[in-house]
Amino acid sequence: MCLAVPGRVTEIEDRDGTRMATVDFGGVVKEVCLEYLPDLQVGEYAIVHVGFALQKLDEESARQTLELFENLGMLQEEFGDPWELAAEASGPQWADNEEVPQEAQQ
Amino acid sequence: MKYLDEFQDPDLARRLLDDIHSVVTRPWALMEVCGGQTHTIIRHGIDQLLPDQVELIHGPGCPVCVTPLEVIDKALEIASRPGVIFCSFGDMLRVPGTGRDLFQVRGEGGDVRVVYSPLDALHIAQQNPDREVVFFGIGFETTAPPNAMTVYQARKLGIRNFSLLVSHVRVPPAIEAIMQSPNCRVQGFLAAGHVCSVMGIGEYPELADRYRVPIVVTGFEPLDILEGVRRTVLQLERGEHTVDNAYPRAVRPEGNPAAQAMLADVFEGTDRAWRGIGVIPDSGWRLSSRYRDFDAEHRFSVAGIDTREPAECRSGEVLQGLLKPNECAAFGTTCTPRNPLGATMVSSEGACAAYYLYRRLDITTAPLEASPVA
Ligand code: SF4
Repeated sequence: MCLAVPGRVTEIEDRDGTRMATVDFGGVVKEVCLEYLPDLQVGEYAIVHVGFALQKLDEESARQTLELFENLGMLQEEFGDPWELAAEASGPQWADNEEVPQEAQQ
Repeated sequence: MKYLDEFQDPDLARRLLDDIHSVVTRPWALMEVCGGQTHTIIRHGIDQLLPDQVELIHGPGCPVCVTPLEVIDKALEIASRPGVIFCSFGDMLRVPGTGRDLFQVRGEGGDVRVVYSPLDALHIAQQNPDREVVFFGIGFETTAPPNAMTVYQARKLGIRNFSLLVSHVRVPPAIEAIMQSPNCRVQGFLAAGHVCSVMGIGEYPELADRYRVPIVVTGFEPLDILEGVRRTVLQLERGEHTVDNAYPRAVRPEGNPAAQAMLADVFEGTDRAWRGIGVIPDSGWRLSSRYRDFDAEHRFSVAGIDTREPAECRSGEVLQGLLKPNECAAFGTTCTPRNPLGATMVSSEGACAAYYLYRRLDITTAPLEASPVA
């Protein structure tokens, strides 16, 4: 969770008086708050942490980082289903529990 | 050096390593502060590629690991109350409190929800006006601004059924505490890049000066770490101790002023207990008096919980760089990611988990359950 992931702004809108953006993290799309980087424009890259853009990043380094994170499976760690990960880590005693998502039972 | 193939730019990695090997003349101990950096180091075997004289000591920079047991127990208590929707980042689900974790609370019927952003928790509060929605606000200077903004928004929008269980911590006081420890062996710091993206580097020159220790702001990718080590070792060999920014693509010297202003509005400094380490003066934030209404500890009476840390867990020493995870007797035997005794075995940024996942099992012969990431 201390990981911050670079993403590209694809859309910006005002919501409840808050500047929000749609940000693409190499395929995973999330809503991101731009209040801390009010000058960020569509097409630009930023480092995003828990749904907030914190610092602008140039395109080249953003792309490189994303590619690396993707290869290392870190995007899955950041954006994957946390219940599934927790169930998997907790072991087989959860296998019969309906609460646990299907994929976690494998 | 088989690992080098896995680097994004193996030639550059080789050059950085050659450079480090060629300048080192004496033993040096460097601490990487951030848990994200610890994982990169262990995952890529960077510590094994470095000259034997350069030792990397893992620091306390895992927010999940340092959240005090008492706060985890309060979270578990609040999450078990009827009518409460307890929202948290996914990393906190399996952090052991006294006897159980959030994952189990949910299994027992508690309404525990995982959110990606604190704003998602605020949204849940808007949609459930008849429920109390509590967000577990932990983390360092990188995570505190998003949480601060969420409380600010809650107040602005008049959302009254939302509160924050706050346990934020700051890096510079931790660096100071480490340097003041009588057992301290740290001679240089790789400072956490994303913390500096927010706070800038203004807090560090005084520390570097006072303790005569180089502080190099470092990113999270393998090449970033090598560059951070290279610059720190260069300073040490030359007898210098300055603050150097080896992560300029994401860190401006002034940091993010808008985020800093929000932090100053919503939070105020306070002493904080760090799990396994103890209280570090002025090392954290709590909600300032203006936002007291949004403090979950005020809203729910959770005092007097009986908090018990497992005696055999030595994560405090691990977090201070005094012990390597595989030197803990419980490592890989009574303590595994499946049955963790301490948070450092649970968190994706914890040093014990990193050692376990990447098979640094030099000491134990326990069977493995987890396999390394391919
Ligand atoms: S291996 Fe387990 S018991 Fe030992 S310090 Fe790490 S978390 Fe604690």
